Amino acid sequence: MAAPYDREDGLAPPPQQQQHAPDAYDPNYVPDSVKTFVVHLYRHIRDKNVYEIHQMYEGGFQRLSDRLFRDAPWPSAEAVAPYCDGDHVFLLLYRELWYRHAHARLSPLTAAHRAESWTNYCDLFGVVLHGVVNMQLPNQWLWDMVDEFVYQFQSFCQYRAKLKNKTEDELNQLKQFDKAWNVYGVLNYLQALVEKSMITQILEREKEGLEQFTATDGYDYEGGSNVLKVLGYYSMIGLLRIHCLLGDYHTGLKCLAPIDLNQQGVYTIVIGSHISTIYHYGFANLMMRRYVEATREFNKILLYILKYKQYHQKSPQYDQILKKNEQMYALLAICLSLCPQNKLIDENVSTQLKEKYNDKMTKMQRYDDEAYAAYDELFSYACPKFITPSPPVLDQPLTNYNQDAYRLQLKLFLYEVKQQQLLSGIRSYLRLYSTIAIGKLAQYMEVDEATLRSILMTYKHKMHAVDSDGKIVSSADFDFYIVEDIIHIVESKPTKSHGDYFLRQILKFEEMIGELEKVQLD
Amino acid sequence: MATEQAAENYTVEDLVALNPYNPDILNDLEKFVNEQVSSQTYNLDANLSLLRLYQFEPERMSIQIVARILIKALMAMPAPDFSLCLFLIPEHVIDLTNVSDVQHAVLLPSVFVATFFYVRSLNCFESILSSLVYTFVVANGGAIQDIDSSFSLPGGFEQAIQTYAIHLLSLTYQKVPRPVLAEAINIEGLALDKFLEYHAANSGWVIEKGGQSQVIVLPRNEFNHPELKKNTADSVPFEHVTRIFPVLS
Repeated sequence: MAAPYDREDGLAPPPQQQQHAPDAYDPNYVPDSVKTFVVHLYRHIRDKNVYEIHQMYEGGFQRLSDRLFRDAPWPSAEAVAPYCDGDHVFLLLYRELWYRHAHARLSPLTAAHRAESWTNYCDLFGVVLHGVVNMQLPNQWLWDMVDEFVYQFQSFCQYRAKLKNKTEDELNQLKQFDKAWNVYGVLNYLQALVEKSMITQILEREKEGLEQFTATDGYDYEGGSNVLKVLGYYSMIGLLRIHCLLGDYHTGLKCLAPIDLNQQGVYTIVIGSHISTIYHYGFANLMMRRYVEATREFNKILLYILKYKQYHQKSPQYDQILKKNEQMYALLAICLSLCPQNKLIDENVSTQLKEKYNDKMTKMQRYDDEAYAAYDELFSYACPKFITPSPPVLDQPLTNYNQDAYRLQLKLFLYEVKQQQLLSGIRSYLRLYSTIAIGKLAQYMEVDEATLRSILMTYKHKMHAVDSDGKIVSSADFDFYIVEDIIHIVESKPTKSHGDYFLRQILKFEEMIGELEKVQLD
Repeated sequence: MATEQAAENYTVEDLVALNPYNPDILNDLEKFVNEQVSSQTYNLDANLSLLRLYQFEPERMSIQIVARILIKALMAMPAPDFSLCLFLIPEHVIDLTNVSDVQHAVLLPSVFVATFFYVRSLNCFESILSSLVYTFVVANGGAIQDIDSSFSLPGGFEQAIQTYAIHLLSLTYQKVPRPVLAEAINIEGLALDKFLEYHAANSGWVIEKGGQSQVIVLPRNEFNHPELKKNTADSVPFEHVTRIFPVLS
């Protein structure tokens, strides 16, 4: 165990290494605090002490990163191997943390590093899929693993699509590591985790009371391991995210189908997974023109974040939470401008929304050129970072094509907005009447009758979408029907939705009662 | 090789459900699209999987197949399948930049017809979709042949568009004048009479005498008869009520 780098005197590395500032990193140098960290973490994992693992993972790792490794990588896995008996699986986990830290703090990250991280994930997931893992890891870590896996894939696609300013060396690296982060591999690993863990069957059986999964927060109290099951669960969310990045919203929602969003579930335990799920679910629904559904889910999550974000101020995910919060307000503003709804938004959320986007929403509902600029801005701010999954062709003139996927989605979205604009004219006219003859309205709008009839039919076509169950759902805030030549307009009265109100209050009071019961009076 | 043999033992639906992220099934999926066209069936998931695979390997994309997928998606209206497919097709394949000007709407002729619809449905100051197919095909008779002689509309296309036109009409009208109906489904004269008879017998249509022409009374539903809708105005979907089940128990 007395390795040459085991410095008992605890001195800093020799001065000559510090002169080349960025290369001062010595992968073999292990500070004492890291030694302790590794020894303890290894022990806790062996003892299956989930609470302690979580403390070290969330707290210890962050603190050491901030203190000792602000801009430098952690010691290499080989260097810390002696402190964990060289345990193969532990080192895979350690490397996962290593590369995650590198992605977050070190830029620019070379293709070689990214490829190594890919190999590490392959090895790690390979071990998990073989079913030989018997650890219990905190859900936060397991979620972060899947989340980071998807993030590094997205980051790599963006990286290799920017070819213009790449050096000869970088291009060679891309050629060398062309198998890294290939889209088939990424998707198939996530799919394999979902299938091998049998998570869909577990969730089905749970509904019939034959299995405990959500009730134990995914942990296994019978001596087994939670890793495969929970990774399988989170992989469903990972698949939703990747499909959104590819523009395949339908399949993304299908991947998420086994999770019931109307109930609490394992997806709500870790706030990061909760937010990511609803963000992508809402976004997919928005692109599929299911604005009501998107609005409803955004409203719920924004209310949740409003109430609970204070408890996460110290957590490393806090910035991400705030960012997603802002993005979802932007998406909510878009939904409400395209499909006004009176009764779906909570008052607190509504106040926040008005504070942030009142001006923009007024502009967007005017449907002129300024409106397009506003829609463009909000969409671009709030949308996911779409990717082009195919590998680059490296011998042509080199361009940056990392924006192509985003531009396509933006364009299709703005077409949708344009269609709404064309219909806004008819809306403003119809609002003024309760009945009007087609001939007369055609006169006012300066079009012929046939054209007017087409416009009216197009309005119906746009306002009635097919929801996920195949039923026709109207998203119009007012409607009409035609008897021969007369249009009858039906204003849907803004009925107070008592049902929803009571539901919300029941849940609120139940919460309060719960909290009161926790208070102990002496 | 082994994978391809194994693939033949499964149906395409199985392949898509079990192993969708697999470049080896691309040819099977393409064959399946052609099958859908010839046997007048349709499968959205398989077609989306194929479009995804084209995204992953753009050099294997077949424009003909993409055009076929788009038209089948149009035939599935009111389902939003057409838009879903467009999200997956790169910009250089379908050029929609000058949508108001049909002549310049597209660069690649074999998707002309498909984008033509999209163009038209965007510009709502034109007739409804079905009549557009006919005005275009009929008025420009030779035009489609010139563009791409091997491209033809899939079977069942007319009926699908007519079904959708009728669906829209029943959302909009309680009573629709005969000329309006005729234009929407592009049938006239004796053929229209037969059509009306058929639906009067099978779909609950009633033919009356209206102001200037015959008027067809369409079946009542919540969209053309709002009073039928009031019953559901304040109702709460069952899934939302399930949120308070833990509290009630």
